[in-house]
Amino acid sequence: MISTQLLYSLAGVGLFAIGLRATLLHHLLLPRLLALNVCGAGVFLIFIAVAYAGIEGMADPVPHALVLTGIVVAVSATAMALALGRRLESKESETMKSEAMKDE
Amino acid sequence: MIEILWFLVDSMLVLLLLALAWTTCSSRDVMRAVTLFIAMGLLLAIIWARLKAPDLALAEAIIGAGVSGALLLSAISDYPSTAITSHRSPLMHGIINTFTLALTILMSWAVWHGLNMSDGVRLSEQVSSQIPVSGVSNPVTAVLLNFRAYDTLLELAVVLTAVLAVLILNDKRADSAASSPLLRGMTRWLVPLLVVTSGYLLWVGAHAPGGAFQAGAMLAAAMILLQLAYPSIHRGFNLYLLRVLLVAGIFTFVLVGLWMMSANDDFLAYTPAWAGTLILIIETAATISIAAALTLAYIGGRPTGWETGDHVITGKEDAG
Repeated sequence: MISTQLLYSLAGVGLFAIGLRATLLHHLLLPRLLALNVCGAGVFLIFIAVAYAGIEGMADPVPHALVLTGIVVAVSATAMALALGRRLESKESETMKSEAMKDE
Repeated sequence: MIEILWFLVDSMLVLLLLALAWTTCSSRDVMRAVTLFIAMGLLLAIIWARLKAPDLALAEAIIGAGVSGALLLSAISDYPSTAITSHRSPLMHGIINTFTLALTILMSWAVWHGLNMSDGVRLSEQVSSQIPVSGVSNPVTAVLLNFRAYDTLLELAVVLTAVLAVLILNDKRADSAASSPLLRGMTRWLVPLLVVTSGYLLWVGAHAPGGAFQAGAMLAAAMILLQLAYPSIHRGFNLYLLRVLLVAGIFTFVLVGLWMMSANDDFLAYTPAWAGTLILIIETAATISIAAALTLAYIGGRPTGWETGDHVITGKEDAG
């Protein structure tokens, strides 16, 4: 049982690290968001791996409820970040257009 | 023997997951990265099922892979280029790699150490001892809507806040071109099924995996599918009703909380005899609100006519 918990927890750590590295490396919004979501998935995996109590045992429902909340909050936060990014993108293209007009 | 087989399955799942995460994060094309991310979500759903978290498996398959995937795919069109390039200097690259590696080693040690320590107090025994008075028999629903109902209320507030931000920031995207007849035909079959499944998930959440979040997301998925098949369908939305639906979850939750406060002196302290009914009422309202929120988040901004509350097609819009 410990080995299963350990295996999945370490996978969670790996997922978190992969996501964190990519979040720091990328500078475009969309890949960063994806990486951040991968990061979050790693955290969820650690939680659920620790809650696991063997094939016969009953898994701990409290971390399950926390992670369920986490998944919904993650998708809301992603939607908000995408909306911010879209606004930024439209502002930037407006600025670029007006600068091009000035140059002419 | 059976342990070795389980270990093989586990290792395979873990390796696949890490490989998918790595390719998602190092992909050079946004479209490819998003597709891989959706695949990773589906694999995670399998892993949740393996770790005996069926509620999460449902939620991940619908929300993590489905709704997030749709959100991200529709966002790709907001950006002019789909190529991913990194502008970090080699020195910065090295620093980031070293930092991440050090953190990974530290965290691995912490996890290993934590798991090898004494078992500690597990909350699952407390939860199972209180299940009979919670009004439901699914422990996850009991935690979400009874023992930790306050957290869930605040979570609904987070979802509402995020959607309000989406609505404040942008107008909705321009309608996409008409879809293929194949998709429209499939939607006619799928949407009623999705709506029925959503109702089933809501009802069954009391005693088996399911609940408000899964049901709400399923309903939102049906709405997203409708949007894809009939791009101008949002013009038929009653925007007053949409606003009411958006806040119905939180409103009902607070109302029930205050009502129970007048009876039992504590916010959201249910009377055990009514707990099952109250939870179902809250969950129904929450399902509708989550569905409305996720649908609006997918549309990506204010539907036309949001400020005035009703949709009037003016000559200008027709021209545009």
